[in-house]
Amino acid sequence: MSNGYAIAVEGLTKRFSGREVVKRLTLEVREGEIFGFLGPNGSGKTTSIRMLCGLLTPDEGRGTCLGYDVIRETADIKRRVGYMTQRFSLYEDLSIRENLDFVARMYGMRGRRTAVENALERLGLANRREQLAGTLSGGWKQRLALAACMLHEPRLLLLDEPTAGVDPKARRDFWEQIHALAAEGITVLVSTHYMDEAERCHQLAYIAYGNLLARGTPQEVLEGSGLATWSVEGEDLYELAAELRGLAGITQVVPFGNILHVSGADPELLEATIAPFRKQAQRRWTPSEASLEDAFIHLMDSTRDNYQ
Amino acid sequence: MSGNGFSGSRFAAMVAKEFIQMRRDRLTFAMMVGIPLLQLILFGFAINADPKNLPTAVLSADDSPFARSFIAGLANSGYFRVTHRVASEAEADRLLELGETQFVVTIPEDFSRKLQRGERPAVLIEADATDPAATSNAVATVLRMNETVLERDLTGSLARLRSQPPPFEVQVQRRYNPEGITQYNIVPGLMGTILTMTMIMMTGLAITRERERGTMEHLLATPVKPLEVMIGKIVPYILVAYIQAGLILAAAWVIFGVPLSGSLALLLASVLVFVTANLSVGITFSTLAKNQMQAMQMTFFFFLPSILLSGFMFPFRGMPEWAQWLGELLPLTHFLRVVRGILLKGNGVAEILPNLWPMLAFIAVVMTIAVRRYRRTLD
Repeated sequence: MSNGYAIAVEGLTKRFSGREVVKRLTLEVREGEIFGFLGPNGSGKTTSIRMLCGLLTPDEGRGTCLGYDVIRETADIKRRVGYMTQRFSLYEDLSIRENLDFVARMYGMRGRRTAVENALERLGLANRREQLAGTLSGGWKQRLALAACMLHEPRLLLLDEPTAGVDPKARRDFWEQIHALAAEGITVLVSTHYMDEAERCHQLAYIAYGNLLARGTPQEVLEGSGLATWSVEGEDLYELAAELRGLAGITQVVPFGNILHVSGADPELLEATIAPFRKQAQRRWTPSEASLEDAFIHLMDSTRDNYQ
Repeated sequence: MSGNGFSGSRFAAMVAKEFIQMRRDRLTFAMMVGIPLLQLILFGFAINADPKNLPTAVLSADDSPFARSFIAGLANSGYFRVTHRVASEAEADRLLELGETQFVVTIPEDFSRKLQRGERPAVLIEADATDPAATSNAVATVLRMNETVLERDLTGSLARLRSQPPPFEVQVQRRYNPEGITQYNIVPGLMGTILTMTMIMMTGLAITRERERGTMEHLLATPVKPLEVMIGKIVPYILVAYIQAGLILAAAWVIFGVPLSGSLALLLASVLVFVTANLSVGITFSTLAKNQMQAMQMTFFFFLPSILLSGFMFPFRGMPEWAQWLGELLPLTHFLRVVRGILLKGNGVAEILPNLWPMLAFIAVVMTIAVRRYRRTLD
C-alpha cells in the first residue's frame, strides 16, 4: 500500500453537465482510521465516494485507493473495497440469505456458504434467513447492507450516510462495530450528518459545495473555526434570539431547549455586542465551548455565497 | 369550501400536475407526438393488402408466339413479374421452397400444337400459398386470362378458337396450403409476434428496474462484468421463451391443425436464434431507457413495425421496396419465413439458412450496442 495511506487522492474534480460537483478534492486517509466525511446535502459527498470506488470517473485529478489507481485500476479497487450505498441497494424481493449469497458470488468468494452462514450468525439473523429483505425495518436493512459489503473482507469500507433514519440504539451498535473493524486495521470512510457520529471519528473532512473547507481531528476542526460561544439561560429566550440576530459580531443564535447558544467569529466583538444584554437580570450568560455543529454551520454559512 | 364533494380545484390541480410531469419527461412527450406521425406515414405508405409484381418463375417448354403472348399477358396484369426462367421442374420447386418466387408457371411442350388443334391445352400455375392473402388476387386474375390474352394471336383460320370455351385452360395448384387456410399462416406467425412482444418487454425492463430500484449502484460496485450481467439476464428468458413456444406449437397442432412438415428440432433451434435476437433488443432498450416507462415505449416502438412490416399482418411483397428493406432488418420477418418454411413447406437447414444468418448478424450488431451502452460506471 502507498505509505500507510488507504486513500490518497489529489485534485479530484467531477462535473455534471458543466457544473462542478466536486472541486479539486485532496484527501489522505491513513490505514485503520475512521474518517468522517461531512457536509450539507448536495455538497458532493456521494460523488466523491463514488469516485473513490470506481463508480464514477473523475474528470480531473489523480490518486490511489488501497494503492490502486482510481482511474485505471477500478476493477482492482472494486474487488477490495466495501461500498455501502446511501439508499438500500440489495434486492428487496430476495431473502436475507439469498442476498448475501448473491453478493458472495459476485465477488467470486471461495467457501461462500460458510461465509454467508457466519455473516448471518454475526448479524443475529440466522433464524430469519428466509425473510425477504424488503420486509426488514430500517435498522435491520442497514445492518444487512453493512454485512453484505463486509462479506468479501474488504480492506476499506466506504459508507455513504449509513445511519440515516436509524434509531439511536441501532446507531450506537453500528458505531461499536465500526470501531471494532478499525481496531482490526480496516479503514473506514463514513459520510454523515450527525454530529455525535462526527465526534466518534479519528479524522474529519468538511466538504461544502464541492470544496474541502476543513479537515483534522474533531478538536482541530473545532479550534480551527475560531468560534466563540456563550450560552444563555433564563426567560423569554425566543425574544432575545430575535433581538440578537443580525447584530455585529453575532453569526449564530441557536436555541437548544432551554439554552440559547450565541456564537461569533470574533470573540472580542462578540463580547462587546452582548455586554448590554448580560446586564439584564432575568437571564444568565456563561462562556461555553462551541460545538461541532456550531462550527460546521459557521463553515457552511461562510461559503454559501460562492455557491449561488 | 366543500368538504366531501368533488372539488373542482383539487381536480384542476391534479390535471395540471399530470401535464407538468408529462412535459418534463421529454422522451415520453416526443413519443406521444412524433411516433404516431411517423407511424402514420410509414405504415400508410407501406401497407398494401393487394400485392402486385409478385416474383414468378417460368418453365416454358414451348417457345411459340402463343406462349410468349401468355407470359406477356401475365406481366401486363400487374400481378406477375417474371424473375426467373428455369429449365427443370426441380429447379422450379427449389425456388418455391426457398420462397424466392411466389409462382411457377409451367407451359407444356406441346402447348401451341394442341392449342392450334383446338385441344385446349393446360397451363399450370403453382402458387406458394403459405400466405393465402398474398396470392388470391393474382390467382383470380390469371384464371380469367385465358379468355382474352390470345385474341390478337388467333387470326385467320385460328379465329374460330376465339369463341367459347377459351382456347386453353389454366390450372392453379396452391402449394403448401392447398385449402388456403388462413390459420396455417397466422398461427405460426403468432408464435413469432408473441415471442417478440414478451421477450423484448421482459428484458427491456430488466436493467431499468435495477436502476430504478437503486440496486444497480450496488451491482456496479462489485467486480461483475457487463457481458456477465447481459447474458445472465438473457438466459432465464430463453427458458421462458421455450415454454411459450412449446405452448403455441401444441395449440397450433391440436387446436388449429397446423401441419408440421419439417423437423421439430430444426424449428426449436431457429426459435433459439430468434429469441436471442429479441432478447438482445430488449437488453439494449434496457440500457437506453431511463425508466421502466420508457423501456415500455421503446418496446412498442419496435413491436409495431415488427407486426406490420414483417409480413405477419400484410403480405411482405405487397410493400414498396423501401419498406421491404426496412422489413428485412427485422428478426420477425426472417423468423416468419423460417417458421412457415419448416411447418408448411418442410424446409430443411439449407432452405432456412438465408433467413438464419440475417438474424445472427442482427444479434451481433445489437449486442455490441448493448455492451457498449451498458455503463460500468454511473457517469
